[in-house]
Amino acid sequence: MTPGNIEDMTATVPRPSPVRPALSALRDRAWRLAELVTTPLLPADYLDMVSPLRAGADLRGRIVAVQPETRDAATLVIRPGADWQRHVPGQWVRIGVDVDGVRMWRAYSLTSQLDRPDGCISITVKAIPGGKVSNHLVHRTTPGTLVHLDQAAGEFVLPSPLPAKALFVTAGSGITPVMGILRNYPELSDSRADTVVVHSAPTADDVVFGSELRVLAADGRIRLVEQHTDTAGLLDPAGLAALVPDLAERATWACGPVGLLEALEEHWAAAGIADRLFTERFRPTVVVAGEGGTVTFTGTGTTLEADGATPILDAAESAGVLVPSGCRMGICYGCVLPLREGAVRDLRTGEVTTAVPGDGVLVQTCISAAAGACSIDH
Amino acid sequence: MTVLQKKDVNPIEHLAPEDVELIGKELDEIRQGVIDTRGEADARYIRRVIDVHRKIELGSRAVLLASGFPPAWVLGTIGLSVAKILENMEIGHNILHGQWDWMRDPKIHSTTWEWDMASPAEQWKHSHNELHHTYTNVVGKDNDLGYGIMRVDEDQPWQPWHLGQPLWSFVNACFFEYGIAAYDLELAGNLATKERRSNPQFRADARAVLRKIGRQVRKDYLVHPLLSGPNFLSTLAANFVANLVRNLWSNSVILCGHFPEGVETFEKKSIDGETRGEWYLRQMLGSANISGSAAMHVMTGNLSHQIEHHLFPDLPSNRYAQIAPKIRDLFDRYGLNYHTAPLPKQVASAWHKIIRLSLPNGWLEKTNRRNLPSQLVTLYRVTTGKPKVRRRLLKEMAAA
Ligand SMILES: Cc1cc2nc3c(=O)[nH]c(=O)nc-3n(C[C@H](O)[C@H](O)[C@H](O)COP(=O)(O)OP(=O)(O)OC[C@H]3O[C@@H](n4cnc5c(N)ncnc54)[C@H](O)[C@@H]3O)c2cc1C
Ligand code: FES
Repeated sequence: MTPGNIEDMTATVPRPSPVRPALSALRDRAWRLAELVTTPLLPADYLDMVSPLRAGADLRGRIVAVQPETRDAATLVIRPGADWQRHVPGQWVRIGVDVDGVRMWRAYSLTSQLDRPDGCISITVKAIPGGKVSNHLVHRTTPGTLVHLDQAAGEFVLPSPLPAKALFVTAGSGITPVMGILRNYPELSDSRADTVVVHSAPTADDVVFGSELRVLAADGRIRLVEQHTDTAGLLDPAGLAALVPDLAERATWACGPVGLLEALEEHWAAAGIADRLFTERFRPTVVVAGEGGTVTFTGTGTTLEADGATPILDAAESAGVLVPSGCRMGICYGCVLPLREGAVRDLRTGEVTTAVPGDGVLVQTCISAAAGACSIDH
Repeated sequence: MTVLQKKDVNPIEHLAPEDVELIGKELDEIRQGVIDTRGEADARYIRRVIDVHRKIELGSRAVLLASGFPPAWVLGTIGLSVAKILENMEIGHNILHGQWDWMRDPKIHSTTWEWDMASPAEQWKHSHNELHHTYTNVVGKDNDLGYGIMRVDEDQPWQPWHLGQPLWSFVNACFFEYGIAAYDLELAGNLATKERRSNPQFRADARAVLRKIGRQVRKDYLVHPLLSGPNFLSTLAANFVANLVRNLWSNSVILCGHFPEGVETFEKKSIDGETRGEWYLRQMLGSANISGSAAMHVMTGNLSHQIEHHLFPDLPSNRYAQIAPKIRDLFDRYGLNYHTAPLPKQVASAWHKIIRLSLPNGWLEKTNRRNLPSQLVTLYRVTTGKPKVRRRLLKEMAAA
């Protein structure tokens, strides 16, 4: 169930009336005339000064509210630009914010209800100790701030028809995509539904969306199990099986720390029901780091030294090279660039990819580190 | 540094090689200090300058739609001149240096920026950032030294055609952006032989320049005047004047940077195996600053801090003023001359040098009101004389 299915979209676009092409031709001509006047800038550069959220602009959003959730988490309500397309609950959005003057992009799950009357969307961010973007968003962002956005993406979504029995296993900020789902599928929490949410957090106060979840549970619409790890210890598959004895009968969506997700995947695979488990990771599982090397970007001519643990994407950005990026954890392929020569190591598997001159092997820079000298086309 | 050592007073005679490396280390520390503190305030600064430029540019062009009305013409022309200067100097030059790349904003990045200038950003970056900043003031390597058309050092043999140097320097100043485009293209060299003329890279570059010029010219001399309707001609004139003002201004600022009397030039051989400290030292001795108000610094794109800029070409321009006292202190401690003076003085000094070097060595120094007639006769003879005569006369003039 991916969004923006091409056929769906074209089917719903009304046939253009004959006036439309004439109008749009006129608009194109006006635009080209404007370009003649603004060169070497573009008309958009001037329009951005007054109307950064207009249709046709690079996708941006304006933060309209920052609502504290727990002591280290907050929900940011964002008015997206006119070209924002409706997302599917459970998906995430990439947001670019300027932290200390430096543009940084991170992915955050959408937690808002679709089609809010005010047209806004929301994300909920948990500040990670030492985390640059998360701390900035939670503690130092003020309403009015302009941020940069991408369209929503992600596969952590529900099928249609909805499962009769669902289980959501979350930990920490992993509750966010699940909250985005629960808020948009009232069917999951009506009287006939059988939905279980198992959430783990250090204490009751650390549960993001705690009161909202507890109201749903008190009304008998979901079964909520909170595991407070400060007192009850970490959640593990055995503990989970004890809490939810019928988990094999359920379709399960899990989001949380890498360790938890891996344990769950193993457990589900061992039980032969791996196809009933859907997981969402917020960061890649890094297994190895080897020797680094010199990375050369052939287009810009930039050369930099990168250690074997730093993704080439991060190394390039620190050196001021503009490189494409996406989820930053190896799932979206938004960061792919051709490896012209040399070797890189996949940080998740340790696998080394080599290219001889002329090859141009496509590599994901966000999860690849230099494994010796390498040159990348960009 | 052979050229320096030949001078009567060698400005670096008192420095031991260890001193030079210590200077380098101190400069590296100053540089790191700025890098460690680059942040939101700097980002706000450049965005603000860009915003102000766009408002002035748009406002002036709007006012010029009524350019038939003299006050509108004056106001619009002043505004547009200021806008064009800001755009080229504090914004374009510095962004193309990569001074703002650390912000990772694709809209303010050296790889995406294009400017209001005949030379396309790509070509200018090559000749300016890679050649001029690497080979600063090395005669025969740094084309910025006289753009290949001038005599910039006593050691270059004088030729009669150098007499025209003040004139074509002035013409070059008026049409500076085209001069730069021509020299980024290495036009003279590339047109010289048939083989070089038909080099595909040169042809592609030349086409890019022509396209760029086409767009600029169409904007300033066709579309904007047309939009002014009955004021076509007066808007065209306003745009011409604004371009002229911008060209003369940027040429003056650039002359001040490396041309005033007392700024050192270097020999090709002198930079072989140059250490980082020596490289820094060459930048220190080969650049000159302009003193003045904050507004003047912005209008020169902070090239008024040419010394700081040449030491650290990729640090944000708004920081040069901040580190200038430290740099000056370093000059003082190592007994070096921190070359700085107000704009009129530096411009006059640069032009004095242009004129002095257009004449045979020693001629200007020795000429006064009384001996002017006889000096003119000598000049005539050296200009028209056979090579042998010329060599003898040049030697006499330089010796006396
Ligand atoms: C698809 C997707 C959806 C996401 N949704 C959300 C969401 O809804 N809410 C949310 O708060 N975050 C979410 N994240 C994580 C988010 O994108 C950032 O990674 C997180 O905010 C940390 O960024 P930072 O700049 O603060 O940390 P950085 O400055 O990048 O990292 C600082 C340190 O923290 C470590 N670190 C990075 N990420 C994590 C993490 N997730 N947990 C623990 N340590 C980490 C790093 O290794 C580093 O040592 C999502 C990530 C992905 C890929
Ligand atoms: S950024 Fe998504 S795969 Fe690399």
